[in-house]
Amino acid sequence: MRKVYRLKFGSLLLNITAVSALLFLVMPAFIVIPMSFGSSEYLKFPPVDFSLKWYSEFIESERWVGALWLSLQVAFCTTLIATLIGTLASLAMTRGNFPGKALVNTIIISPMIVPIIILAIAVYGLYAKLGLIGTRLGLISAHTVLALPYVFLIMTSNLHRFDISLELAAMNLGANRIKTFLFVTLPLILPGMITSAIFAFITSFDELVVANFISGIRGTTLPKQMFDGIRLEVSPVVASVSSVLIVVSIVTIVLLQALRGEEAKSQ
Amino acid sequence: MSRSYLKTESVVEYSLHASMVLLLPILLLYLIFFVYPLGRLFPISCFEPNFTFKNYVQFFKEPMYFSILLRTLRVSAIVTVVCLIVGYPVAYSLAHAKGKRLVIFFACIILPFWTSILVRNYAWIVILQRNGLINTLLQWVGLIDEPLRLLYTEPAVMLGMIHFLLPLMILPIYSVLKGMDANLVLAAYNLGASPWSAFLRITFPLSLQGVGAGMSIVFIIGLGFFITPALLGGPKNLMISTLIENQLNINDWPFAAASAFILLLITVGLMMIFNKTSGFNKVYRREL
Repeated sequence: MRKVYRLKFGSLLLNITAVSALLFLVMPAFIVIPMSFGSSEYLKFPPVDFSLKWYSEFIESERWVGALWLSLQVAFCTTLIATLIGTLASLAMTRGNFPGKALVNTIIISPMIVPIIILAIAVYGLYAKLGLIGTRLGLISAHTVLALPYVFLIMTSNLHRFDISLELAAMNLGANRIKTFLFVTLPLILPGMITSAIFAFITSFDELVVANFISGIRGTTLPKQMFDGIRLEVSPVVASVSSVLIVVSIVTIVLLQALRGEEAKSQ
Repeated sequence: MSRSYLKTESVVEYSLHASMVLLLPILLLYLIFFVYPLGRLFPISCFEPNFTFKNYVQFFKEPMYFSILLRTLRVSAIVTVVCLIVGYPVAYSLAHAKGKRLVIFFACIILPFWTSILVRNYAWIVILQRNGLINTLLQWVGLIDEPLRLLYTEPAVMLGMIHFLLPLMILPIYSVLKGMDANLVLAAYNLGASPWSAFLRITFPLSLQGVGAGMSIVFIIGLGFFITPALLGGPKNLMISTLIENQLNINDWPFAAASAFILLLITVGLMMIFNKTSGFNKVYRREL
C-alpha cells in the first residue's frame, strides 16, 4: 500500500515538472502573439486594446519590407545551392570508396561544431578584404556553408536507408544509369531533399550572428533588422514580425511531419 | 551477364574519380568560405605586424578578460546543470507518454526549437523588463514597491540560454530512454525492487549515454552563445562572444582574433574529450 502511494507521489512530481517545463518552453509564443495586437509603445502585456498598428507599420516601412525581401532572396539561393551540393556530397559519401573518408566527413559537418561567432569574425575579416560586405553573394556563401552540414547529415542518413536493389532491378530491366537515377533514385530521395531544403531555408532565414557582422549598411537581413530593432529601440514592430515568424515555424513543423510520413511510405 | 554486372557495380559503388567530382563543389566552397577565413585568424592574432604573443598574454593576464572567460565557463556550466535537472523529467515523461499526450508534449518541445532565437529573446525582454510582466505582477501582489532590475543581468542571460538549449538536452535523453528495453525495469520490479531503486539502478545508468550527449552539446553551444548575452545581458556581464564583438567595434582585430582562437581551441578540445567519454556523436546522428 505504501509503495503504491509513493509511486503516485513520484509520478505526480514528475508530471508537474514536465508540464511546467513545457509551459516554460511555449510561453514566448503566448506572450508575443497577443502583444503584437496591442497599440502601446511600451510593450505592455497583456495589451489594453486590439489594433493592427504594428502590422501596418511593418508593411509600410521600407526598411522592414526591404529586409524581409533580402532575407527571402538569400534564403532561397542558399536553399538551392546547399541542397544540390550537399546531396552530391552525401552521394559520394554513401556510395564512394576513397581514402580519407572519415576526415572528409568531419570537415563537412564541422561548421555545425565551430562556434558561429568565430566563423562570423573569420568571414567578416575575409569579406572586408574582398569587398563582399553587405553583398548578396557574401551572405549566400556564408549561409550555404552553415546550411550544408544539415543537408549532408539528413541526406546521408536518407541514402543509408535507401534500398539499392531497386536500382539494380531498374537496370536489370534495361534502364541506363541516367534513367535509373532520374526515375528510380531521385523520386525516392526527394522527400529527404525537401526536408533538407527546409532545414537549409530556415538556417539562412533565421541566421543572425554572421549577418550581424557582414551585412554592412546595404545588406540588412530580417534577423539583423530585428536585432537592431530590439537592441537599439525595443521597437514594437518586432512583436508583429515575431508573431508572423512563429506562425511560419508552426507551418514548417507541420510540413516536416507530413514529409516524414511521405518518406516512411516510400521506403 | 557479366557486363550488366559491371554496370550495376558502378552505380552501387562510385569510383574514386566520380566521388571526387561529386565532392568537388562542397570542398571548394568550404576552402574559400570556411577553412581559409578560419585559418587566417591565428596569423591575424599574432602579427601586428611583427610576430608577438602579446594578445594571448593579455587575455590571460588582464583580470578583466580572464574573468570574462571564467564567466563564460560558469554560465555554461550552470545552464547545463539546470537543463539536465529540468530536462530529464521531461524526457522521461515523453518516453512514457502515448497518443494525444505524446503529440502535445512533442509539439511543445519542437515549436520553440523551430522558432527564431530572436523571437524568444524578445519575449524574455517583455517579461523581464522594468515594467514587464514579472515586475507588474509582483507590484500588483504587493511583494515589491519598486520594480526589480531583472533584465541585463547574468540570471537573465542564463534564463534565455536555458530556454534555447533545453530541447537539445531533452531530445538525446528521450532517444536513449525510448530505445531502452522496458522488460529490464519489469524484471527489476519482479525481483522486488521499489520504483525508486529500479530507476536508480536500471533506468538511470542505462540512460547515461543520452545524459552525456545532452550535457556535452549544451555546454559547448553555451560557450559560444552570442545573441542571448548581447540582448539579455548588460555591458557588465560580457561573455567571450560579446567581448569579441566589442573588440571588433573598436577595430582591435588582433585581440578579437586571439579571443576567437582561444574559444575555438577550448571548443575543439572539449569536443574531443566529450566524444571519447560520451560518444555523443552517435546519439546525435540518430536524431537526424
